[in-house]
Amino acid sequence: MTQAVEVVHASGGAGHAAGHGGDDHTSHTATGINHRKLAMWLFLASDCMFFGSLIATYMIYRGRAEEVFREGAGAGPFPSQLIDIPFTSVSAFVLLMSSLTMVLSLAALQKNNLRGSRIWLAATAILGATFLGGQYFEFTEFYHEGLSLQTNMFGATFFTLTGFHGLHVAIGVIWLLTLLYVSLRGGLKQKDAMSLEVAGLYWHFVDIVWIIIFTLVYLVPYEEMGTEGLEEGGEHGMRLIEFGRNALGTFF
Amino acid sequence: MASIAQPHVQSHQATVQPVVHKQRSGLWDWLTTIDHKKIGILYGVTAILFLMIGGLEAMLIRTQLVAADNTLIEANTYNALFTMHGTTMIFLGVMPLSVAFWNYIMVLQIGARDVAFPRLNAFSYWLFLFGGIILNMSWFFGVNEVPNQGWYGYAPLTEEAWSPTRAVDFWILSLQILGIASMLGAFNFIVTILNMRAPGMSLMRMPMFTWTTLITSILLIMAFPAITIALVFLMMDRWVGTGFYAPAAGGDPLLWQHLFWVFGHPEVYILILPAFGVVSEIVPTFSRKPLFGYSVMVYATAAIAFLGFGVWAHHMFTTGLGPTANSVFAATTMTIAIPTGVKIFNWLGTMTFGQIKFTTPMLFAVGMISQFTIGGISGVMHAVVPLDVHHNDSYFVIAHFHYVLFGGSLFGLIAGIYYWYPKVTGRVMNESFGKWNFWIMFTGFNLTFFPMHFLGLQGMPRRYYSYGEGSGWEFWNVVVSFGAFLLGFSMLMLLFNIGQSLRTGKRVGANPWDAPTLEWATTSPPPVYNFREIPQVAHRDPLWAEKYGTDHEDEDSEVGITIAGQEVGTADVPDDKDKEALRLQQAEEEDAGHGIHMPNPSYYPLIAALGMFLLAVGMLIDFPTLVALGPVDFSIVAVLGLVTLIGGIFGWSFEPASD
Repeated sequence: MTQAVEVVHASGGAGHAAGHGGDDHTSHTATGINHRKLAMWLFLASDCMFFGSLIATYMIYRGRAEEVFREGAGAGPFPSQLIDIPFTSVSAFVLLMSSLTMVLSLAALQKNNLRGSRIWLAATAILGATFLGGQYFEFTEFYHEGLSLQTNMFGATFFTLTGFHGLHVAIGVIWLLTLLYVSLRGGLKQKDAMSLEVAGLYWHFVDIVWIIIFTLVYLVPYEEMGTEGLEEGGEHGMRLIEFGRNALGTFF
Repeated sequence: MASIAQPHVQSHQATVQPVVHKQRSGLWDWLTTIDHKKIGILYGVTAILFLMIGGLEAMLIRTQLVAADNTLIEANTYNALFTMHGTTMIFLGVMPLSVAFWNYIMVLQIGARDVAFPRLNAFSYWLFLFGGIILNMSWFFGVNEVPNQGWYGYAPLTEEAWSPTRAVDFWILSLQILGIASMLGAFNFIVTILNMRAPGMSLMRMPMFTWTTLITSILLIMAFPAITIALVFLMMDRWVGTGFYAPAAGGDPLLWQHLFWVFGHPEVYILILPAFGVVSEIVPTFSRKPLFGYSVMVYATAAIAFLGFGVWAHHMFTTGLGPTANSVFAATTMTIAIPTGVKIFNWLGTMTFGQIKFTTPMLFAVGMISQFTIGGISGVMHAVVPLDVHHNDSYFVIAHFHYVLFGGSLFGLIAGIYYWYPKVTGRVMNESFGKWNFWIMFTGFNLTFFPMHFLGLQGMPRRYYSYGEGSGWEFWNVVVSFGAFLLGFSMLMLLFNIGQSLRTGKRVGANPWDAPTLEWATTSPPPVYNFREIPQVAHRDPLWAEKYGTDHEDEDSEVGITIAGQEVGTADVPDDKDKEALRLQQAEEEDAGHGIHMPNPSYYPLIAALGMFLLAVGMLIDFPTLVALGPVDFSIVAVLGLVTLIGGIFGWSFEPASD
């Protein structure tokens, strides 16, 4: 091997030129993984640390509100009085199903079934929005029962953790709707499947994070605190139907 | 097969016809550039500017401390000065100077035409610039609005009760924006390195500087989320009245320290590893030998990065974590000395039996190795808990981290400036002036920071704006201040040499140092497309293998050592080549590049970054306020910024990268 360095003809030129947003199907990379896909995986690794910090903080302060209250300071309400596992299980189920529809949308696009892709994409966005609606209901309900960011450490950590997750879902829904818009305008074809795949990676990650949050925040039991600290005269839970009626009443 | 060493002599063989875009010249070109080389220059120039500002702050600090009971600077201003000095040097000086080299050099080293996401790269730069502006614009709001809580920002001092002005908010918003800039840049560099290596460049054929770029970028994306969250909690405490760090509400101020140092300790490796990479390039080049123990060097770098996440609590030995935690973190901290020591011995091993040429870059590199070793040793001393209790918050600590951050990081990066200057400008920096520059900086540095060990052991606490007559600290403080002024002078010499050599530096060709890595295969400065044809790599030191044969893969071999031909600074382009001929040559190169398709310039990165800047500024100015949140106000400007940011991102998403 005398010629340690040789040149290859960059025929066509475009192969190695950087920044080609739409050249996923033509460019080859050293790892064989698409640029944007690799970048998304790296972002998700970073996001693990992001949620890791939030979840660790939640776990450090878990039970702190009750502790402070027992020492004669602070205020309720406390998680044992507020957490509604059946309700949140439904919205968790909705979010998990959105991962299924996401997969179906991508599969359809890869088979060049544009119509199917759009339908499942719309379904994913709707399921995501439904989850956000459920979170909005939950937040308002907790707030009505006296829990705000400032009430106690449960309020601060709960709203921050689930709020940041909700923000991730909201960004995902906007992303999905943007892709749907692009698709309806004819800009999301079989060859653009990578655009959908990258969004899908993000979407599945947000789902997985919710499984962890749902387990640690909702399913693991809290110390029972009776009714002390609940908002004076506050009903234990505004029923969903009542909430829906109020919401509809706002519009009609 | 043509040699890649003279890409400009290639005849017109391009199969594809003109697509290189008409470049607009001047300001607009710089504002919309997505060329990694221009962005690298922007990073470098901005970083040096901020280094000068941070240096000026240091000079003021040393002027205040030159005499006991000095009244030149009052306490609050002094607090602002040391806070701004630390924050500026770390986030606006050393980090972006490293990023400048990642941008300009690393991309060339792997034989690529640009980074994976050129517009994202521009966005990172603009965010960095605006983040720096936000931090420093606090000076225009009066000294009480300047961050003054220390660069570590310990809670609960940063809570609204103790820091009621917007000082901390300037700091928070600036760091959040700089954090986003750093992380986006890191994603970009990792993808670039993994995906865009030239054919044949396996991971274990990558230059060490590229390796340190990769590993540092991984550190960046894993460490910055922790401080982002820590700052989010602080924002919420200050703006909406939560109690994450407030004991009264059940919060814990130590949470800040944990989150901050989970970021903060990897951060010190983010600062030093790029300098290790630079030195690992320079030492082999001027020892005329391949890097000794290359693969061990790679593993040691990775080990440092990995261990760096398990040592954060050694910053918290005096907070009362208990003997178990203290022992564990002391042990992990001492462990890091092993891979670090491996690196130092590898550099020494490279120099052993080498034909060492003490050029200016080599002087700085060897200076870095020696000074960093001193800082490393005092670092191991801090790992000993009983000793650390006494060092803590004293000038001994200041001495330690300036030996690693200035003697380590900055010496390494300045070595890089001297080393790669000819690649960027086509001219070599003045060598004899450079040697004076090194020796004055070396002397000034040691006069400044070595006596701080004595001061610390004598009990002089850090962060105090004054000390009393008869404390016994007067003499060494005079020495330190004198050294600091000498150090400041040497930085001005560096600045002068950079500026002067642009006009009078000796013009050189592609590879003036006869270095082995790919960035030296293209012209100096490289054409916009870097390599007319993408090189094929078959060896770890491709240019040496091409020139001297490949048998110096065996590290005992003499090949590649004895043949080292050229005197430093001599050109393989004739020196007397007049400007017209050079212009013609460049025009010819432009022609030759017409087959290469480069992405369009874009102004969306600037617009999106401007949106984020306005969003932050809108929170910091109180006119006209929409919602007041604690010390900050959401004004109409913030809304405008948010709209601009979102508009910029959507415009960017729908803009074709090239036509």
